[in-house]
Amino acid sequence: MATLFDINLFALFGQLLVGLINGSFYALLSLGLAIIFGLLKIINFAQGAMYMLGAFIALLALKYMGINYWFALILVPLTVGLIGILMERFLIRPIANEDNLYSLLLTFGLALIIQGVFTHAFGSSGLSYPVPEALKGGTKLPFMYLPNYRAWIIIVSVFVCAGTWWMIEKTKLGAYLRAGTENPQLMQAFGINVPLIVTLTFGFGVALAGFAGVMAAPIYSVSPDMGSNILIAVFAIVVIGGMGSIGGAIITGLGMGVVEGLTKYFYPEASNTVIFLVMVIVLLLKPAGLFGKEA
Amino acid sequence: MNNMKLNLFLLALALLAPTVLYPVFLAKVLCFALFACAFNLLLGFAGLLSFGHAAFLGTGGYVTGYLMINSGLTPEIAIILGTLAGGLLGAIFGKLAVKREGIYFAMVTLALAQLVFFFYLQAPFTNGEDGLQGVPRGALFGLIDLSNNMVMYYFVLTIFVAGYWLINRTVHSPFGQVLKAIRENEDRATSLGYDVNQYKWLAFVISAALAALAGSTKTLVFELASLTDVHWHMSGEVILMTLVGGVGTIFGPLLGAGFIVTMQNYLSGGEMGNYIHIIMGAVFVICVLSFRSGIVGQLMKFKRNNF
Repeated sequence: MATLFDINLFALFGQLLVGLINGSFYALLSLGLAIIFGLLKIINFAQGAMYMLGAFIALLALKYMGINYWFALILVPLTVGLIGILMERFLIRPIANEDNLYSLLLTFGLALIIQGVFTHAFGSSGLSYPVPEALKGGTKLPFMYLPNYRAWIIIVSVFVCAGTWWMIEKTKLGAYLRAGTENPQLMQAFGINVPLIVTLTFGFGVALAGFAGVMAAPIYSVSPDMGSNILIAVFAIVVIGGMGSIGGAIITGLGMGVVEGLTKYFYPEASNTVIFLVMVIVLLLKPAGLFGKEA
Repeated sequence: MNNMKLNLFLLALALLAPTVLYPVFLAKVLCFALFACAFNLLLGFAGLLSFGHAAFLGTGGYVTGYLMINSGLTPEIAIILGTLAGGLLGAIFGKLAVKREGIYFAMVTLALAQLVFFFYLQAPFTNGEDGLQGVPRGALFGLIDLSNNMVMYYFVLTIFVAGYWLINRTVHSPFGQVLKAIRENEDRATSLGYDVNQYKWLAFVISAALAALAGSTKTLVFELASLTDVHWHMSGEVILMTLVGGVGTIFGPLLGAGFIVTMQNYLSGGEMGNYIHIIMGAVFVICVLSFRSGIVGQLMKFKRNNF
């Protein structure tokens, strides 16, 4: 066994890997929240429910329609995104002019409904989704055994996050989005259909959660409360990072996953709470968050 | 004057109610009504949405339950200590939470409450998933035995009236007026020389302590302190009670708590029990979309328009 200063490297790298994987999901979910917040100035409490929905739709599609993982990876985010678009158009838009706390409560209610329906239909115990054939097995590295599917999660998440960042920061569509964040009235005056952009943005943010759900299905058990458990941690991550930047949301998400993994190795009792403790420290030292702009 | 009459009417109703209804059910309604009133002090009068009030309810419950089981203190002392523990936790959380506003305030309180949830889940003295069971009610001042449900009910009613009175006094005091000013226009309140964060913090502490008082009392009524009370679902429930009744109204949280507790009792008995979260979610959505001023708010509108 390789040990260095009394540290078991196998176990340490194992926890780091778990941390990076959790971090990938934190990054995808907080990225979705940040994009939605940027334009709509609301927090989508149903983001966790959409993540759960993504995993369940993938599971049901495989079971009843024989749609495999690879098609699910495309179709599920589109489906979840469509649900998001309907949600924005018919439920959130009517109260767009009210205090944004109401939209938080509205999406909280929606999350309760979605989670309740799935608990009623499938019970609260977890279901399992098979790892796709092409990604079975693993690679032996000097200090650890790396299952292929886990490597796949990290690579794809980083790729999707980077792609989203590039789209928002470097493309014309992204420029519209950023301009809409700054001054929606002026955008409208330039003849750009702002309500449409708002709806699509919400759909995209929610689709990211659906995508994360499909990615998560083969490694976590698919259960109705998988979304609410992760969402509260993601909220803390959003407070730690601040909503200021897209890049900040991604880095904070991955970083907090790693911090959680390290805590699991060095002091497992605190692994559930370490993200919240980091939030407390950040609130004391830099209340606006690590990447936050507002004072 | 009108409020005074209504208060006296409600008090008479509360005094007579246990002759008709089951006293433990009524005591439950009163505990949740106090919880909702405490929450409403923050949301309705200071404009701060806390998504973590379950932490204070649960802390009051666990501290009181632990003391009643292990220390041999009389119930009134255990309740006071539970309330103080909740107030202390509120003082710490409040300091952190008032650093952020609006939606961030909600997320910070939710995350802090989750920290508390994990603490109680893992701490050795809470019995984890089982909770503290068989909490003795004890004898009030060492004299009056609370094991009789009727006696317990009137004890709870006394606590509720005291808490309710304190909230009313707070709302109508100069302090309460400053809170309203902050709710309406925070920058203006700052420019008038008020230390806004200090006011918010104090409101948070009072609200947390009263929520803990409700939790302490509830533990005695049910002889149980469990994780349900610290779960984020509970933080959501108290928001719903306040919203249904009418945010920022004095009587709203009372009515809302009565409505939700009755609904839960009614549903959990029958085969609809499985649907309880779905129904709660639906009530949330309906309230936010088309019933934002709540029952009391709607009644007041109706009264203004017709009388």
